[in-house]
Amino acid sequence: MTRGETRGARLLALGLLALIGWLVVYPLILVLLESVHTGQGWTLDYVRQFAGRSTEWLALWGSCWIAIASVVLSALIGVPLAVLVTRYDFPGRRTLATIIALPAVLPPLVGVVAFLFLYGESGFLARMVQAVFRLDEAPWRLEGASAILLVHAYSMYVYFYLFTRAGLLSLDGSMLEAAASLGAGRWRTLRRIVLPALRPALAGGALLTAMTALASFSAPYVFGGGFRVMTTQIVSTRLNGETSLAMVETVSLTLLALLALFLFRGAEREVGGSKGTPPAPTRIERRWVSRLLTMSAWGLAIVLLLPHLTLLVVSFVPVGTWTTEAIPPAWTLRNYATLVQDPVRVRPLLNSLWLASVATVASVAISLLAGAMVVRRRVRGRGILEALLALPWAVPGTVFAIAIATAFSVHAPLAGRIVLVGTIWILPLAYLGRNLPLTSRATLAGLRSLDPSLDEAAASLGAGRWRTLWSVTVPLLWPSLVAGATLAFATSL
Amino acid sequence: MTAFLELAGLTKRFGPAVAVDDVSLRMSRGEILALLGPSGSGKTTTLRLLAGFETPDSGTVTVEGLDVTRQSPVARRFGMVFQHYALFPHLDVGENVAFGLESTGVKRQELEQRIGRALELVELAGFERRRIAHLSGGQQQRVALARAIAPEPRVLLLDEPLSNLDPVLRERTRRELHDLIHHIGITTVLVTHEQEEAFELGDRVAVLRDGRLEQVGTPDELYANPGNPFVTAFVGRASTLEGVVLERGRSGTRVRVEGVDWGVSTDSGVQRALIPGQRIRVLVRPEALWMARPEPGSLGAVVRERRFAGATSLFLVQTDLGTVLEVSGSGLAVKVGERVGLVPSRRAGGAAGIHLFPLDAAT
Repeated sequence: MTRGETRGARLLALGLLALIGWLVVYPLILVLLESVHTGQGWTLDYVRQFAGRSTEWLALWGSCWIAIASVVLSALIGVPLAVLVTRYDFPGRRTLATIIALPAVLPPLVGVVAFLFLYGESGFLARMVQAVFRLDEAPWRLEGASAILLVHAYSMYVYFYLFTRAGLLSLDGSMLEAAASLGAGRWRTLRRIVLPALRPALAGGALLTAMTALASFSAPYVFGGGFRVMTTQIVSTRLNGETSLAMVETVSLTLLALLALFLFRGAEREVGGSKGTPPAPTRIERRWVSRLLTMSAWGLAIVLLLPHLTLLVVSFVPVGTWTTEAIPPAWTLRNYATLVQDPVRVRPLLNSLWLASVATVASVAISLLAGAMVVRRRVRGRGILEALLALPWAVPGTVFAIAIATAFSVHAPLAGRIVLVGTIWILPLAYLGRNLPLTSRATLAGLRSLDPSLDEAAASLGAGRWRTLWSVTVPLLWPSLVAGATLAFATSL
Repeated sequence: MTAFLELAGLTKRFGPAVAVDDVSLRMSRGEILALLGPSGSGKTTTLRLLAGFETPDSGTVTVEGLDVTRQSPVARRFGMVFQHYALFPHLDVGENVAFGLESTGVKRQELEQRIGRALELVELAGFERRRIAHLSGGQQQRVALARAIAPEPRVLLLDEPLSNLDPVLRERTRRELHDLIHHIGITTVLVTHEQEEAFELGDRVAVLRDGRLEQVGTPDELYANPGNPFVTAFVGRASTLEGVVLERGRSGTRVRVEGVDWGVSTDSGVQRALIPGQRIRVLVRPEALWMARPEPGSLGAVVRERRFAGATSLFLVQTDLGTVLEVSGSGLAVKVGERVGLVPSRRAGGAAGIHLFPLDAAT
């Protein structure tokens, strides 16, 4: 393109770099500094203190193995489900495929609460069992590491499911036919063709699960009991007033996350190759297999969705009236009426919606601009820009929250720090940083799969940069933008 | 005559690779130029430099005496048909055609008229509200063309416009495209790797290789007087023999090829520079040789293979020295395995189709 425009693009890219650097990188560096620096000067005391306590090591180890076990369990649920609804044809396949993906757009805390309502020790299931067998106390206790794992598997299988399904759908059907024509049986095709092609998808799912599990706070907080992981440890240390020690803990959790990122590096890279039509799902011939499959798949879907359904039902029941009956004895809309009428209760709801909307819109806009600079204008430093956009994923959410809270609790405008904690701005800003990886990932992938000659066609038809962006790029990117925005919005709630 | 569109010393590098190397071309208004070359010859890059999607490292593009080299694609007002059409899938046919018109600020009522007229030109009248995805390949090609010409661009650029069509459709569309461009009278540059396409559509053809301009001329000029062995072989078919110049006379040149003497009457600049005794490369078109009975003075060869291609067949014959040549002839003239004697054909009033080049010249 002509020179002047390139300069404009470079300026815009620099501005974006500065913004993301200030919002994402700078707070993290501050955390690192504060863990080895106090009012009196540089010190390694807190690092030593950290290393000397066995509880710290136990919490770190807890985080570590919970993350690994969560990955394994989620994969065991998500991958077979994805294969089932993608590769095999049976009644209700499409509906099931959508239902299974639903938890991805439901806020994580809602999942935990719903899970507790249904399967918790005082949940409906437990009370039903207790009533049926006339037990004196709850038949099980949802507590400790196994409870955390259960909740994790329940809420994170969807990552594996979504990634694997996308990977399977992007497979070139003729590749499988080619393998078959070369005499490869079902297993050899799976091992030599399908799995290598799915490697990036599986790595992506594993990485996302590991990161989410490391950062998970609500599940260990609600179900952990005496079992500590690093996130709950950090919060309790901070509540005890040991700020510097909390910083060291934060750094240790970050290092753990970076280690996970390092282990999965490269595996996510696309294999590339031909694009074709995805393989058609196989129709299952034997009727009883088909029936069994359909029934068990639906059964699983119900188990997965029941917590959310229960939550929905409970919201229509007067408080305290539903105890051991199978069906609620009374129904009401009062709960909703209270929520809408009581200003004390409606405020948080509106706040949540408002915050999530602002953060989502801003992060989509930034992702779109950054994407255009990285993919289309190919500005210098585009690699750094892309890495910075993805960085918040490599850092556990808790760490990121603490970093933001640390950075914006001091008034030092010259150092780029202003007091935002306690104001209305801190949350959208934190969510914005947190959302950038989600929206930018969707936007960049979408832009890369768009034919660049569409942009050129618009230019050759006399459309300027903004008209091209608005009337060609955005409408074509719409599905990607919506996907990114939906995920971002749900996680911000 | 002043040139309407001029490319002067255009050079474009991608890293160490030179994609376009010092290309200069002049076109008059309304002329159609075909850029012909194998893949990687720099023809598409040349087109993109013209369109403004790439900026040259040196050289200029001039329209009507005005330098547009640094102008954005938007400011140039060149229309382009992309290889894969690049139709906007979220807009219907009418909206696609309207896109360029809206950029030039055409008013609402006139807009409908001009969309209709553009679609009429490509014989898609009434297709305004069709979805792009519901069109056949040929229809998409025509919508792309209508979209490009609707804003009445100064220059029309076509990037392999027919490469996505099946052979039968391609031939028909080629004729229609030819008639349409001539009807509108728009200055056009098209890129193709198919000689037939270049010859039928182009008033002149520019042959590119490795980013360099090898030769420009009308199709007839290129075929009859190719400037070097590459153009000879790329424009039409030709087999290569080695020989030596015996003498240069007024009516032509006598050469010795694999032990026999041939008189060559074509008269190009390259040929005039040859001197007796010089070793040469002899490029022979299939129709330039005649398969006679083997007798002294003719080049002895054996027919190895026959490829049927309609009224005339193409024969692969192998000379006694082992060189394989393509010779055309009527299907029943000779049989595979038969011995023949090759002599220059007298059909065109002299041995047309035999081209001589110095051996040390670039191939």
